[in-house]
Amino acid sequence: MSLLAVEGLRVRLPTPGGPVTVVDGVDYEVEPAQVFGIAGESGSGKTVSMLALLGLLPERSSVEGSASFGGRELLGMPRKQLREVSGRELSMVFQDPFTSLHPMLSVGQQLTEHIRLHLGLDRRSAEKRAVELLADVRIPAPEAALRAFPHQFSGGMRQRIAIAIALACRPKLLIADEPTTALDVTVQAGILRLLDRLRHEHELAVVLITHDVGVLSSIADTVSIFYAGRVVESGARDAVLQSPRHPYTRALLDALPHPEAAKEKPLVAIGGAPPTPGQIPPGCAFHPRCRYAVDSCRSEVPPLVRVGERRLACPVDPLHA
Amino acid sequence: MSALELRDVVVDYERRGGGLVRAVAGASLDVDRGRVVGLVGESGCGKSTLARAAVGLVATTGGSVVFEGAPVSTLTRRARPRSLVRLQLVFQNPYSSLNPRRTIGSQIGDGVDASSRAARTARVKELCELVGLPAAAATRFPHEFSGGQRQRVAIARALAAKPSVIVLDEPLASLDASAQAQLANLLRALSRELGLGLLLISHDLAIVRHVADTVSVMYLGTMVETGPTLPLWTSPAHPYSEALIAAVPRPDGRGFLPESLPGEVPDPARPPSGCRFHPRCPYAFDRCRTEEPALVTLADGRAAACWLQAEGSPPAPPAERAANLSAKSTVE
Amino acid sequence: MTDLAEIDELALPVAPSNRAFLPASWREPLAIVGAVIAVGWLLVAIFAPLVAPDNPLSQAFPPAQPPSLHHLFGTDELGRDVFSRVVYGSRVSIPIALLLVFLAMTIGSVVGAVAGYFRGVTDGVLMRSADLVFAFPAIILAMVVAAVLGRGLANAALAIVVVAWPSYARVVRGLVLSVGDSEYVQSARLLGASSRRTLARDVLPNVAGPVLVLATLDLASAILLLSGLSFLGLGAQPPTAEWGSMVAEGTQYFQWWWIGTFPGLAIFSVVLAFNFLGDSLRDVFDPRTARQAGEGRA
Repeated sequence: MSLLAVEGLRVRLPTPGGPVTVVDGVDYEVEPAQVFGIAGESGSGKTVSMLALLGLLPERSSVEGSASFGGRELLGMPRKQLREVSGRELSMVFQDPFTSLHPMLSVGQQLTEHIRLHLGLDRRSAEKRAVELLADVRIPAPEAALRAFPHQFSGGMRQRIAIAIALACRPKLLIADEPTTALDVTVQAGILRLLDRLRHEHELAVVLITHDVGVLSSIADTVSIFYAGRVVESGARDAVLQSPRHPYTRALLDALPHPEAAKEKPLVAIGGAPPTPGQIPPGCAFHPRCRYAVDSCRSEVPPLVRVGERRLACPVDPLHA
Repeated sequence: MSALELRDVVVDYERRGGGLVRAVAGASLDVDRGRVVGLVGESGCGKSTLARAAVGLVATTGGSVVFEGAPVSTLTRRARPRSLVRLQLVFQNPYSSLNPRRTIGSQIGDGVDASSRAARTARVKELCELVGLPAAAATRFPHEFSGGQRQRVAIARALAAKPSVIVLDEPLASLDASAQAQLANLLRALSRELGLGLLLISHDLAIVRHVADTVSVMYLGTMVETGPTLPLWTSPAHPYSEALIAAVPRPDGRGFLPESLPGEVPDPARPPSGCRFHPRCPYAFDRCRTEEPALVTLADGRAAACWLQAEGSPPAPPAERAANLSAKSTVE
Repeated sequence: MTDLAEIDELALPVAPSNRAFLPASWREPLAIVGAVIAVGWLLVAIFAPLVAPDNPLSQAFPPAQPPSLHHLFGTDELGRDVFSRVVYGSRVSIPIALLLVFLAMTIGSVVGAVAGYFRGVTDGVLMRSADLVFAFPAIILAMVVAAVLGRGLANAALAIVVVAWPSYARVVRGLVLSVGDSEYVQSARLLGASSRRTLARDVLPNVAGPVLVLATLDLASAILLLSGLSFLGLGAQPPTAEWGSMVAEGTQYFQWWWIGTFPGLAIFSVVLAFNFLGDSLRDVFDPRTARQAGEGRA
């Protein structure tokens, strides 16, 4: 059974102009100890879909569909129960390492507070565990680090601390929302290697949300490509990234500067821009920018269907060689 | 003579709480018309400070910045000298570099030297089309545009002054993949068609590789390597360039983890002795710890600041040179 | 040069330029209420002789009459028609408040702009004098100044200007500093604009909005302060019909509640109206919110 199974997830957020659909029917499964990558540009709904699972959406949002975690339904779960699940079995790491840690509490306090809350250990055992966690994420001099404050650490170090806090209770699933976007490339490499090692050592499943396809390519087992609130293609990483079948996936990959490609080949830019939520074109959201669009693309929303080993939302399937 | 020449530029600034920090400790760079120079480096390397010093927004403590033969003066309360208006800067953040209360047409028009209102409007229209925005955009306000479009507006604004060199400080950083690719292509085309010299500062090596003709790599306030893009990319001479390139993730679906670099960027206020990179360098030896290597010219128009590379000779992979060195020392 | 880059037709927002429509903020009920009341009082002030049935100074009527058909607000202890006095009172309070807010705004903005533009010692000296004024409770300082200058409406108004200008100085200084450091001003400077030119084109438009909002809200405080000073005997002198002094009279004759209550309600309604207006004025000045009418999600 999948660790996390999301089906028909639909999220509408309140805005001054009325409710806007930001996630429009998303399906995917995450298996235990698997790294599941979600790629999407702005407006794709990738972050909001995650916030929905954790009950972190603004007050008047509406959520439909189902998100089953270890057999339990996350959507609509009462706050108290949700708080126990998230933090213990499911945890999250955010993008900005400069605001995700409390600036006034020491690192040790933040770690032990979390540990004691969820595991009920006494202070000494919690501190011992905190030191172990910091060593695990390769923070130098972990005992001294306990007494230090977040501002004394660099961005990369703070992200490691955030990961340590997230893993404090040995969760089964870690959701990482753009964990390396704000970091330098060498620091990012370090964090990716860390995540890779941790997930093997702790049998941890990871949902990695990013706009950087390269990041996904390094570490994900399966990838899911989001566009305008829907999944357009998902499947094994090598299959999707080496032989993409959805025109958007293909176009996205072509627009990326490939480090190994011949330099003289200019980047193949996709015309236009991703639609903003609330201004999604009818039918297939990508059709205005798609060179293979036919009439049906303009009127019918393509369903996400199984095609061989992957899932695809493009009935035209022009790239199927 | 290059359009923009930076020679041994030094920039100090006061850190909050007292003390002087040397953000740029002697950097040299040339930007020629019609060529794109990429300046890459990670946080704390001083590239943004260098960009600002290059256009006069920040005062230099040492070295020289020369534009079209004349020194670049620092901006004071007076108007910038007309001769310098042909040296422009595009900022990183498209959300804060445009005045939210003025139409974009009026902001682009700031740089237009026109005799009549009609002439100005026409030129603004031309500039919008040049950067790929519809002419109707001129009456709109910045908040009506996406990040990528706002960057186009910022570029149009810089182009209005008919510049010969534009410095762009991380212009693609906050953009989507689609917008990045479009803008990268636009920049390359502008450079070719208009004969513009571009100094493109970026932390994204992959994009720089596609857009720049030559690349300079900065680390902790100094240039560690410069040279034509492709040779530098395929066989970097400096260990830091090598590490930077190896750290870039590849979107090829093959699942290779990028290489990471041990340690962290040191505090610019307390740089390491000798070569600034030595504490993190896999090939460091004794001399690296005590003497700081100068940027020396190698063959083929390349330059590197590393004791493993010899002046005048063709660059060789650091690993190879390091192996030769230890072979030599074991023999002796 | 259209082959240079593709034209982004698709990405341009579809919403039409709709300056013709009233901004959405004006459709908010509070703003409308505020506007109606304010305009109402302005009209009353202008057309006072037509609105008031009697001479406000005339003591011809039977004193201390409760509200009736003849005297909507009753008569006061000297036999004057309270309604007429309230109507004529608007001619005193409102114009004076408008004038003094305008003065305070102008003086304060200039001081703040100079401080923000020149920075350094100038900034220090000017802002410390503003701090000096801030250190005192407004009514106390106003009282002191008014007492020193002598009784009378003009002196009371001057006293309020002295008390009110620092808020503008502080706001304008802050804006000039932050906008002056902004990247768009730096861009304009790089394009060859002088500091002074960017002050006019880039800084001032960003300053005008917040200052006007502050002024509208300040109008309310000005009327209250003026009424307060008159209440204390430092502003309007008898027999001038001014709301504050009328309320003062009312406290002496509590059993005849109408004497003080109606002027009090007048003050209350004007202050409320200007507060409502000030709140919604902010949205009108921001291009982001000024055009929400007719558009979908911005």
